[in-house]
Amino acid sequence: MDLATLAQQCGEWLRGSGPESDIVISSRIRLARNFSDFPFIRKCSPQDRSTIEQRLRDTIDSISQWSNVSYIDVDALNDVDQQFLVERQLISRELADASDARAVAIDPSEQFSLMINEEDHLRIQVMKSGLDLAAVWDQIDGIDDQIEEVVNYAFHPTLGYLTACPTNVGTGMRVSVMLHLPALVITRQIDKVFRSLQKISLAVRGLYGEGSQAMGDFYQISNQITLGRSEQDLISQINEVIPVMIDYERKARQFLVSESQQDLHDRVSRAYGILCTAKTISSEETMHLLSSLRMGVNLGLIDDLEIPTINKLFIHTQPAHLQKISGSELDTADRNIERAHYLQKHLRRGSDDGESDSGEQN
Amino acid sequence: MKCQHCEKPATFHITELADSIPEELHLCEEHARVYLMQADEPDEANPSIAGALAQQLKISQTADELSQLDKQQCPICQISFYEFRHVGRLGCPHDYECFDQQLEPLILNIHGDNAHVGKQPRRGQPGSNRQTELIRLRRQIEEAVGKEDYELASELRDQIQHLEEEP
Repeated sequence: MDLATLAQQCGEWLRGSGPESDIVISSRIRLARNFSDFPFIRKCSPQDRSTIEQRLRDTIDSISQWSNVSYIDVDALNDVDQQFLVERQLISRELADASDARAVAIDPSEQFSLMINEEDHLRIQVMKSGLDLAAVWDQIDGIDDQIEEVVNYAFHPTLGYLTACPTNVGTGMRVSVMLHLPALVITRQIDKVFRSLQKISLAVRGLYGEGSQAMGDFYQISNQITLGRSEQDLISQINEVIPVMIDYERKARQFLVSESQQDLHDRVSRAYGILCTAKTISSEETMHLLSSLRMGVNLGLIDDLEIPTINKLFIHTQPAHLQKISGSELDTADRNIERAHYLQKHLRRGSDDGESDSGEQN
Repeated sequence: MKCQHCEKPATFHITELADSIPEELHLCEEHARVYLMQADEPDEANPSIAGALAQQLKISQTADELSQLDKQQCPICQISFYEFRHVGRLGCPHDYECFDQQLEPLILNIHGDNAHVGKQPRRGQPGSNRQTELIRLRRQIEEAVGKEDYELASELRDQIQHLEEEP
């Protein structure tokens, strides 16, 4: 797989289709699995890590349906390429930052990735656009079965799948749904909603799992409990909560439209204006403004932009993506200029297409 | 003891080992949550394991008992309970057996349950003793290589190969 080609595409999770995709960005499940005959990662020698990596690589190679799956040696990638995969949510920051043998296998549609030697020996992830956890589970359950035909997983008759951290033991499963909740943020109801989610053992994190800071008003809702409930139960719980969240967000949007349409329209238009005209802009500000713009398009306040365009800009304006697309390494100041340039090229109205004004920007 | 940041009682006692000098933190629930949110693992929706452990151990152990407990080691991977308690990661599958008394309340605290009811691997588990033996041999190889005893390492490698080839 050529990462430069990948950079031109949008990736599965920001494709912007699938059920409820105005609010639900993506549905994701990951399974944590370990070999029964190796220590967990913390106590693995470099030799153990290499053997695990080789063994899983052989396993992936042996599955005939996966002949088009790309296998990437993460240890051999430079920082920008590692960051690029993190931005696309194909690997975790933890995998990028680790040392010694580690890898990721990715299918061409970017719907599944297999992380090797992360916190556990194997982390299987399946991600789909929109709200569709049932399809995600079907796929990941099948992938897990295929690998298990070749590999002995560490499994305990009472405790289930054994993981390096006891917070994952049992099913080893984390179900996450990513939501775009700008109206709940504007109306200051978001904390209240999250407190009630925490009471039923659901966790809320930002786009890249970073603390409580939610970039671009993206939030991931996921289960904390992994033991004592079946995979189906855990999925059902999330499936029951998400429509409630969608309903809250829709009500908050309606409230904004009915009570302060002018303020809302002003906010969205200003965001559009800055994104179209700024000469230098940070990633944080871009995310913040794109979030308003995205809501504006969904509410019909802006009619000359499509949601997939905005989704693409969310990912393409991330630091490593900008550098991959421009084909050169850039420091923060240069990235901010390149980002502003890129946004203008893709957002400016009045021209026939994005190409015609690209030559006269400088 | 009061929280370092406010007047509330400190219920979370955290030892941070990220730097070379261990840093002791005594925090109330609210400030502990803020602190642990910052320190959270990037990928995980981890309910802070350090916080849960600290709380559980504080309730059930005296300082003496805790220092005894910290010295316990897994015979297979050699991780000490102290190491687990501070990094929140276990060393091998056998730790769930050898630290079961300490882990059970922790697991109950995190999950509200202690028995798996979900998916099972399709094929039966082959003798877990053999798997555990393999983990032990792999550690011994590393020790042998560390001592530059390559003859022993080679013997151990043969033993691993032999065990792996058993039906």
